[in-house]
Amino acid sequence: MYVWVKIVSALMLTILISTFSLEASDRAFNLGSIATSQQVKGWDIDVRPDGVGAPIGSGTAFDGEEVFAEQCASCHGDFGEGVDRWPELVGGDGTLNTHDPLKTTGSYWPYASTIFDYIYRAMPFGASQSLSYDETYQIVAYLLYMNDIIEDDFVLSDQNIGLIKMPNQDGFLLPDPRPDVSNINGNPCMENCNVPVKIIGKAKDIDVTPED
Amino acid sequence: MKFSRRNLIKSFAALGSVGFSTRVLAQDKPNPNNLPPNLPEWTPDLGVGVDENPYGSPSEFESDVIRRNVPWLTASPQSSVNFTPLQDLEGIVTPNGLCFERHHGGVAEINPTDYRLMINGLVDREMIFSLDDLKRFPQVNKFYFLECAANGGMEWKGAQLNGCQYTFGMVHNVQYTGVKLSDLLRETGLKPKAKWVLAEGSDTSGMTRSIPIEKILDDCLIAWAMNGEALRPEQGYPARLVVPGWEGNMWVKWIRRLEFGDKPYMTREETSKYTDLLTDGKARMFTWVMEAKSVVTSPSPEKPILHKGVQQLRGLAWSGKGKIKRVDVSLDGGKNWRTAQLHAPIMSKSLVRFTIPFEWSGEELLIQSRAIDDTGYVQPNIHELQKIRGKNSIYHNNSIATWLVSKSGKVDNVRLG
Repeated sequence: MYVWVKIVSALMLTILISTFSLEASDRAFNLGSIATSQQVKGWDIDVRPDGVGAPIGSGTAFDGEEVFAEQCASCHGDFGEGVDRWPELVGGDGTLNTHDPLKTTGSYWPYASTIFDYIYRAMPFGASQSLSYDETYQIVAYLLYMNDIIEDDFVLSDQNIGLIKMPNQDGFLLPDPRPDVSNINGNPCMENCNVPVKIIGKAKDIDVTPED
Repeated sequence: MKFSRRNLIKSFAALGSVGFSTRVLAQDKPNPNNLPPNLPEWTPDLGVGVDENPYGSPSEFESDVIRRNVPWLTASPQSSVNFTPLQDLEGIVTPNGLCFERHHGGVAEINPTDYRLMINGLVDREMIFSLDDLKRFPQVNKFYFLECAANGGMEWKGAQLNGCQYTFGMVHNVQYTGVKLSDLLRETGLKPKAKWVLAEGSDTSGMTRSIPIEKILDDCLIAWAMNGEALRPEQGYPARLVVPGWEGNMWVKWIRRLEFGDKPYMTREETSKYTDLLTDGKARMFTWVMEAKSVVTSPSPEKPILHKGVQQLRGLAWSGKGKIKRVDVSLDGGKNWRTAQLHAPIMSKSLVRFTIPFEWSGEELLIQSRAIDDTGYVQPNIHELQKIRGKNSIYHNNSIATWLVSKSGKVDNVRLG
């Protein structure tokens, strides 16, 4: 018994010393406080493309239709078609390489996780983080269903949101290729330069500038 | 012609003696009773005392120097943008109340006592800092421009908005006071696998962007002050992220959290929004840096030429890659150029003021400016950008604008081709 207590004391002392040295040597200013796991859990709401961070929950498009009608349709329309200037969420397939591209969750967004992350953190507009996790999965499932990505009875969940393959997942180019213009030698033409100087458009003719 | 040596010398000689009215004042015609030899009306009476304006504001005669928005651009003023009146500003400091605003859910109102910054993920110690904690770290004071990646976005396809403010006003330049993230992270430690940071705001939009660790450790700040006073609420009070030279959307306001991870987070902003759609339907992603750009602020659509004779052309230039090395100005649509005078201080990733005098005798002008930074990058014209990126882009239009000065002195935003 005595020996055991001694061992424990030695262990505790070692822990104390290591904690102390950590504080003294690694923390340059000894400012701020250690975050508890509970504090981090309350604020750490992001969801990554691989599903890391997805909260436990699930939902189908079938259930999502009603939630969408209640929570989203007043701005985005019953079928994600958009009201006034609020964004369209559905359609646009095959338009990205045209003169009038329509970038929606279906045609443009590369990851289903992003839809979940954004809806949970920022929607409905003016009442963010008010949806339950299940409601959020239901709405995401409804959007994926309307974009012909899943069936209406597919159970979207934290287990499979990182596995959904979005149509435009491979539509993005990395890394940034700029500078992508020709003149990067600091020495542009100064005299009699060969540039077009014909006026081909005037902003005042478009007439969309606010007047005040 | 306009930039002839004789004229330049004459113009320089005239500097200091020529009053240059930059704007049409509220009162168009002077009241002769206030002019010499009469006693002006403000002279005999006492003015207001020191208690009248504990926090001062501009003269009532400057009431049109304000931020303005374009209502049709967005669905709601809470998720919208307004523009800095660059045409009315001098020097390089943007007054705090005129810095353009871009919100995604309105302005968060935060009591600084309740403010916390959380750092979590791949760090040795997950930690929380109060505003007082942040202010006890070593501080830096740095001038940086902040430009929205969509500045000039409406002009990709053609000349659309007839104003310097509306076409270039999503930029401002202030002196930030804050703590370097590299210092802050000495407190939390970093795990070797930490390659990306998710920066998150505490406003209702929960703004989030992924930033590579190299940039974070290079020059990013958590700032709590701008131009000597606390951040304005609309600029992220009480604390925001500063990402020098990179697109404004990444400068997360009302910042509440930095999460360190081994991969980018692919947030809504960096996938569906701040990506550059090319002609073939593919889109560039993670195009962060704001390349060299400049604008002539006067003359401009809001600043017509009012008098023949000597003029002081003035403008602003900036580059997210470093210092502005030179600015050239053309009065004939880019055929011939003269190098403008840069005004100190010339700081990296900050606005720089340029001026050049010229004589105007009532002829048409096509005014342009062209910035060159210390990497050798030359600000392109729109056709160069369109050739490479097409016309479906929204962001990163740093092309040369053209102001047409008509014979009456009126100025319009035009597109040459």
